[in-house]
Amino acid sequence: MRELAGTGALVRLALRRDRILLPAWLLALVALAVTSAVATTDLYPTAESVAKAVSALNDTPAMVALYGRVHDPSSVGALAMLKALASGAVLVAALAVFLVVRHTRGEEEAGRAELLVAGPVGRSAQLTAAMVVVVGGSLLLGLASALALAASGLPLSGCFAFGLAWAGVGVAFAAVAAVAAQAVASARGAAGLAFGTLALTYALRGIGDAMGEQWLSWLSPIGWAQAVRPFAGDRWWAGLLPLTFAVAAVAAAYALAARRDLGAGLVPERAGPVSPGLGLRGPLSLAWRSHRGALAGWTAGFTAYGLLVGAVAGSAGDMLSSEQARELFDKLGNAGSLSDSVLAAMLGVLGVLAAAHGVQAVGRAHAEEDAGRAALVLAGPVGRTRWLLGHIAVALVGSALVLVAAGVAAGAVHALRLGDADQFARVMGAALARVPAAWVLVGVAAVGYGVFPRASGAAWAYLIAALLIGEVGPLLGLDGAVLGISPFTHVPALPGADAQWLSLFALAGVAAALVAAGAAGLRRRDLTGHQ
Amino acid sequence: MSSRDPVAALGLRKSFGRVRALDGLDLTVRAGEAHGLLGPNGAGKTTALRVLLGLVRADGGRVSVLGGDPWRDAVRVHRRTAYVPGDVTLWPNLTGGEVIGLLGRLRGMRRQDRVADLVDRFELDPSRRCRTYSNGNRRKVALVAALAAEADLLVLDEPTAGLDPVMQAVFADCVAAAVGEGRSVLLASHELAEVETVCHRVSIVRAGRVVECGTLTELRRLRRIAVDAEVTGAPGALAALPGVHDLRVEGGRVRLRVDPDGLDRALRALADLGVRDLQCRPPSLNDLFLEHYRDEVRV
Repeated sequence: MRELAGTGALVRLALRRDRILLPAWLLALVALAVTSAVATTDLYPTAESVAKAVSALNDTPAMVALYGRVHDPSSVGALAMLKALASGAVLVAALAVFLVVRHTRGEEEAGRAELLVAGPVGRSAQLTAAMVVVVGGSLLLGLASALALAASGLPLSGCFAFGLAWAGVGVAFAAVAAVAAQAVASARGAAGLAFGTLALTYALRGIGDAMGEQWLSWLSPIGWAQAVRPFAGDRWWAGLLPLTFAVAAVAAAYALAARRDLGAGLVPERAGPVSPGLGLRGPLSLAWRSHRGALAGWTAGFTAYGLLVGAVAGSAGDMLSSEQARELFDKLGNAGSLSDSVLAAMLGVLGVLAAAHGVQAVGRAHAEEDAGRAALVLAGPVGRTRWLLGHIAVALVGSALVLVAAGVAAGAVHALRLGDADQFARVMGAALARVPAAWVLVGVAAVGYGVFPRASGAAWAYLIAALLIGEVGPLLGLDGAVLGISPFTHVPALPGADAQWLSLFALAGVAAALVAAGAAGLRRRDLTGHQ
Repeated sequence: MSSRDPVAALGLRKSFGRVRALDGLDLTVRAGEAHGLLGPNGAGKTTALRVLLGLVRADGGRVSVLGGDPWRDAVRVHRRTAYVPGDVTLWPNLTGGEVIGLLGRLRGMRRQDRVADLVDRFELDPSRRCRTYSNGNRRKVALVAALAAEADLLVLDEPTAGLDPVMQAVFADCVAAAVGEGRSVLLASHELAEVETVCHRVSIVRAGRVVECGTLTELRRLRRIAVDAEVTGAPGALAALPGVHDLRVEGGRVRLRVDPDGLDRALRALADLGVRDLQCRPPSLNDLFLEHYRDEVRV
């Protein structure tokens, strides 16, 4: 096995580099599983309340599209873990994609792979090492979450089925990323392709589940995870689906790797323009140029999600068991009509995701500085504030743009379905109401970058805290002061609530102050990077 | 310190944590000169340049670049400065030509007449994406952008690392042309030969301070001259002459180093011994450099 020589050393190198990231991410996922179990099981003490909630969920296409179906009306475990299974699967997949690309194409693009492969390291060692780390990490995650769930009192067999479902998603998307990393010459492009696959397959199973087209769900690794049906039958054989897929996909990745040159992708590089067009003239257009590909992806994803939201929200009001469904949504603190509640809940999630776009866009500025490209610009007659505001502007406009895209899509479909043109403006306004809170996260990221560049990951921690507070905070009955930490708590639950202009303006003001503080911090500190 | 000099730095200090990168560095670049900043890796050259560009702020000392404070007046100073970083990273998805054009536009340059000529001379293909460039080609992109800029001061950090000898010669021509136009150049390097051909004056940096500064002639004036001769007589008596050092004798071959004052007497003594072959060599920059770093070299 000369092709694999050095794999062991590369595995150790990868584990050394991920010694904080990997355990932190695994712990967060286990915490997500346990919190969901504890928070929800307490909520439904009797078999009757469980059955009522299950039928409410299964009868609400919006919820089915988002999270899937509960297949056993008597299983509190299946009910409790429904959301965690689906949303956690996205996080598991994201981790797998990130790690595989980082340790394969990322190393190659940075030129470090050359250093290794030129030594006594086999051609396939890097890919193999990445797969060992991520598949191993996925299995460890499955085991750890199974044990943690069992400790919280759920039936043992279901806990292991749940762990199997999550691990399967990790394995499947590690394989997706392995193929993407062989096909695309840039790490960012490879990650984009794999994340696009994730979004597409999540949507596939959403449509499949909500429309009753089961074959669509069978095409999706997220659908395979749900097909395990933890706590509702524990179909172990469904674990074979991601395994089979991964074996085939990784074989394809090896075949691609064996046929290409180091550093090359499937598509050969073509010549580009010899001078910049009119659209590339300053820090703002340079920032736009480096963000626009990702932003297009985010906008497409938000539009697709908006179409889904618009398609299912209107049907919520017609359902037989709307009383029970309303009760479910009332627990999330909503008072309007049922379809308004569905819209508000789903747009709320979109608000947090738009903030995630903003935070990663500010992170691009940090990456530019670390790579030394910022110094190239800042050594010219460009002030630091002007340079930073280029990236911040893209972050602010981008997070607003994706929400507008989702609002337009959801509003148009919702208005068409209800035959009520006024609905378009209502949904659109509700989407826009999430913008100032997302901007607060952009501001936090700006302060992190400008003032505390070494702790700039804190913006992500804050974002995850805001997400958890929004998702499980009301269920856990957390104190108002704790809930208030999240800017999204201060967003009115539109549509169907009072607009509360004051708090929206206050959020925008906080965001502006934070951005100003971040810019001031950047002006006062040394640039990092090569010394 | 005179603000007429393009670069005037006095007593610059800068620490990164416990590492003292600059420890009282003095540096003056005069108008219209090419100045070499010479020192091994880690001597503080790059940190000095980053302070002069206002990318990092000195902990202490005074610094003026083109009459302004590079930290406070960064944008104004940078309008007249061009920079080639020691480690050139470019935007992977832009072509070399796009990067050169963009860096020019950031300076507000409408027309970039010199670019085409420089791209030609450096044999750069500007239509390739930066991710496909080699190290040397990335550096060429930065060099073309800097040399094409209408700047009064060129700040170059290891500008020819990764360039082949032909390109190094092109670079030397370009620097000479820039100086001919009255521009000033500050060049940090550990390539002694390059500094020797390109620079008028040299500052030797060691552990964050300049230990020696002057023109090459000035630096050489007080230095020992290497003498390599073949004689017929017995050279033993040479060791007793004042100013003669490091005498080594192998048969009729004599190698010694002699102080400038002692050269006259040493040559007479050699002539008396019957010279068959004689070479006299002024100290190279390499010798000056090694003299300052000798203790480290031994380690």
